[in-house]
Amino acid sequence: MTIRHSLLALLSEGPKYGFQLRQEFEARTGDMWPLNVGQVYTTLNRLERDGLAEVDDGDIEERQRNYRITDRGTEELARWLRTPPDLSQPPRDELVIKILVASRLTHIDVYEVIQVHRRHLVQLMQQWTRLKEDDANFDLAFALAVDAELFRLDAVVRWLDAADGRLKRTNLETSTESDETAARVARRTGALR
Amino acid sequence: MSMLELRRVSKVFGEGSTEVDALSNIDLTIERGSLVAIMGPSGSGKSTLLTIAGTLELPTSGDVLIDRKNVVAMSRDDKARLRRRTIGYVFQDFNLLAGLTAVENVALPLELDGMSLKQARAHGMAALEELGLADRAQRFPDELSGGERQRVAIARAVVGDRSLLLADEPSGALDSVNGEAVMRMILAACHQGVAALVVTHDAKLASWADRVIFLRDGVAVDETLPPARPEDLLGSATTPPTL
Repeated sequence: MTIRHSLLALLSEGPKYGFQLRQEFEARTGDMWPLNVGQVYTTLNRLERDGLAEVDDGDIEERQRNYRITDRGTEELARWLRTPPDLSQPPRDELVIKILVASRLTHIDVYEVIQVHRRHLVQLMQQWTRLKEDDANFDLAFALAVDAELFRLDAVVRWLDAADGRLKRTNLETSTESDETAARVARRTGALR
Repeated sequence: MSMLELRRVSKVFGEGSTEVDALSNIDLTIERGSLVAIMGPSGSGKSTLLTIAGTLELPTSGDVLIDRKNVVAMSRDDKARLRRRTIGYVFQDFNLLAGLTAVENVALPLELDGMSLKQARAHGMAALEELGLADRAQRFPDELSGGERQRVAIARAVVGDRSLLLADEPSGALDSVNGEAVMRMILAACHQGVAALVVTHDAKLASWADRVIFLRDGVAVDETLPPARPEDLLGSATTPPTL
C-alpha cells in the first residue's frame, strides 16, 4: 500500500495533479523508487473510488485534473502512519539457509562460504556509501533511504560475523569434547594402561 | 605513489610452546590519496598490523616501507622523526590531553618537532578551521562533545603535512551520524593526498574505503574487488516494498 499512502501524504499538503505527484514522490524517496505515470493515475482513480481523494472542482476546467484529499483520506493517512508493518514473522532468508546448510556439510569450508557473502555485502555497502559521498548535493530523503539500505546490509554482515564466531567456538568445543571422549574410551578399553 | 608498503610482514608473540602468529606474510600497499580498511574480528591481528604500520612495533620478519624508506633498518631517532612528521594516529578513545585546549592538543606534535609555538598554533588553528571547529579552539577536551573530541583528534592527526593517517576504530563509541562525519573527514584528507589505513570491525565504516581487506587469524584472507558503479543501484531492482 506504499504508493497509495505516499500519494495521500502528498495530497495532504494541498491539491496536486498527477504528473506533479509523480515528480514529488520520486524526489522524496531520493529517486530510489521510480514510478510510472500510469501507476499514479491508477492509484488516484482508486483513491477517488474509495472516497479518500476527490477531484478539485475549482480547477475542473483546467487541462490537468487536480486531486484533493478528503476527510476520510486524512483519517486513513493518520491511521496508516501509525500502523506497524508486520515484522512478526521472520522472512525466509536465503542466506541464512545457505549458511545453515554449509555448516552441516563436512566437505564444504563454511568459513569460506561466509567470507564470500561477507565480501559481496561489503562491496554493495561500498556502492551505497559512494552514493552519499557527494556532500555538496546533500538530499535528506535520499540520505535516509541510503542509510536504511546500509543498516539493513550491515545487519546481515553482523549476523555473518556472529555465525562465524559461534561456529568457530562450537567447533573448538566439539573437538575438545571428542578428544576427551576418545581418552575416556581409551581408558575404559585399557588402551592407556 | 605508494605511501605505505608492507612486504611479507609477520609478527610472532611469545616463544616455544606459547608462540602465537599474530600476523603471517602480510602484503599491503597503500597509495597516496587512497583509503584502505582492514576488517576482522577481535584477535585477528588488526591492531598489531596498525602498530607495525605506524613504526610503534617492528615485524618479526618482512619489511615496512613508509614513503619508500625501509623502517626496519631505521635508527630510533629517524623512526621518531617519521612518526612526528609523517604519520598521524587516530585512536578509538581520542587520546587528547585533558590539560590542553583543543588548539594546543592539535599543535602539540608540531611543537614537539621543534616548530615555534606561534607557528605551531597557527597550523593548529588552520587544521581546526578545516574541520569546522574554529569556535572550539580554546575549549578543553571535557568541554567538548564526543563527536567534537574525535574531530580534534583527526585535526591533530593531519596537522602540518602529515601524509599517512592510521586509525584504530576511529568512530569509537560515537553514534552513526558522528561516525560517518569521522569517515568523511578521513576521506577529505585522502582527497588532499593523504594515504589512510583504518582498522575496524564495523562494515559501515569500512564501506567508505576504496579497498577493504579481510583479516582472519593474522592472515589476509580476502579483499573487495573495485566497487561497481554506484549509479547501477538506482532504479534497478528496487521498487517500493509491498506495492
